[in-house]
Amino acid sequence: MSGAAQAAPQDAKPVVQLIAVEKRFGDYTALKNINLEVRSGEKVIICGPSGSGKSTLIRCINRLEQHDAGQIIVDGIEMSDDTRNLATIRSEVGMVFQQFNLFPHMSVLDNLALAPMRVRGLSRAEAEKTALALLERVRIPEQAKKYPAQLSGGQQQRVAIARALCMKPRVLLFDEPTSALDPEMISEVLDVMEELAREGMTMICVTHEMGFARKVADTMVFMDQAQIVEKAPTEDFFRGAQNPRTQSFLDQILSH
Amino acid sequence: MSLRLKPLLPLLALLFLAGCGGGNYTWGWHVVSPFDTRGLSNLQFLMNGVYSTISVALVSITLSVMLGLIFALPALSSNRLLAITSRIYVEFFRAVPMLVLILWVYYGVPVLTGLQLSVFFAGVIALALCDSAFEAEIFRAGLQSIDAGQREAADALGLSYMDKLRFIILPQAVRRVLPPLGNQFVYMLKASSLLSVIGYSELTRRANELVVVEYRPLEIYSLLVLEYLVLILFASWGVRTLERRLARSDRAAARI
Repeated sequence: MSGAAQAAPQDAKPVVQLIAVEKRFGDYTALKNINLEVRSGEKVIICGPSGSGKSTLIRCINRLEQHDAGQIIVDGIEMSDDTRNLATIRSEVGMVFQQFNLFPHMSVLDNLALAPMRVRGLSRAEAEKTALALLERVRIPEQAKKYPAQLSGGQQQRVAIARALCMKPRVLLFDEPTSALDPEMISEVLDVMEELAREGMTMICVTHEMGFARKVADTMVFMDQAQIVEKAPTEDFFRGAQNPRTQSFLDQILSH
Repeated sequence: MSLRLKPLLPLLALLFLAGCGGGNYTWGWHVVSPFDTRGLSNLQFLMNGVYSTISVALVSITLSVMLGLIFALPALSSNRLLAITSRIYVEFFRAVPMLVLILWVYYGVPVLTGLQLSVFFAGVIALALCDSAFEAEIFRAGLQSIDAGQREAADALGLSYMDKLRFIILPQAVRRVLPPLGNQFVYMLKASSLLSVIGYSELTRRANELVVVEYRPLEIYSLLVLEYLVLILFASWGVRTLERRLARSDRAAARI
């Protein structure tokens, strides 16, 4: 619980809170009775077999998927049909996608500056200053004028991380951020994420990168068949998972 | 341009051969000859119709593109009522023949409202309404072709619906639908000839009027064919230039 201990003690209120969340796609149950609390500065890593509901879970947090039952509370605001609440929540929650989803018709700099200008109301000069500082932070300041298609996958994903950071979010969601990358580009993205974690960013990350998880996670969550099967501090999780399903999953992905 | 006019040569040759060959028709090109005083004034009268043709087509296509877009957007809405409204609009105006709508608007609307519309205004309304059904389908296809990840990225950044359209979806969709939009513009130039029946003084109307005076339908309508050919060759050259320019900026945007 090292990361959680570093978080300011008075800030005990969770940034993200899921209470008995359910989600169905037609007859298919994607999420069943999900309860999860993420405190400020906490790094939560969610793993599990494909189709277990990991992506659906984090996509509910900024309402890319609409949950059917239960409560989702982000930064003290409950997610509801109120579109103003939704706009506020989305501006506080950053997201990094598996397929980057950069805007191909805009330069890297414009990709970063658009939302701060339109949503936060910053001037272009201010937005670009922040953008350049963040590109520096993800170590590609020289690519600012280029277009996404001119960059490698690893560079594109780092731009996507910078784009999410531009909004100065309270929490960052990562949906398998390295799964679409060539192996040699994975570490440059994980390095940036590790640095973010060290700087105290609140992160919820779906990934299969267990080495990375071991290094940065405060809490590990294992999902299977739409449910959270196991939730434990990282050390305990890897030392000996309580649930046999968790154990067999870990055995499989750690075996080579 | 000379290369582009080459396909016209066989047509011209055919016209002259028809004149030289058997039959007892004596050609009377003097009615539209620039070397004949009366021919020259006839020629000027005919050619001056081009401004009316172009202006009515430009105003109609502009209005039609806007209407098409307005009715394409609800077609993609999850709101069934909006989607059905859009569907009905498209089905209705796609089903009504242009000429019928022109007559209905010009002769029918004044009876209903007591307001006499000018031929230009009535023409623009009829052409734009009919064409907008096709524009709506073109835009729907273009909007649907944009990857869902683009919308999700815009949503995750907290962009409003209008900003998402304006900065993310439309710029990409418009590039993709430019060829069919250009096609519709060419079609609109030709369709404007239908306005001759309500007395709009464009190319076709003027040819009709001159035929009544000179009784030289073959020569005058042959010239009319040429006028449309040249006009539309210019228009398609313009559209292609625009496409090339956008393709060039896209290539700059993509890997060089």
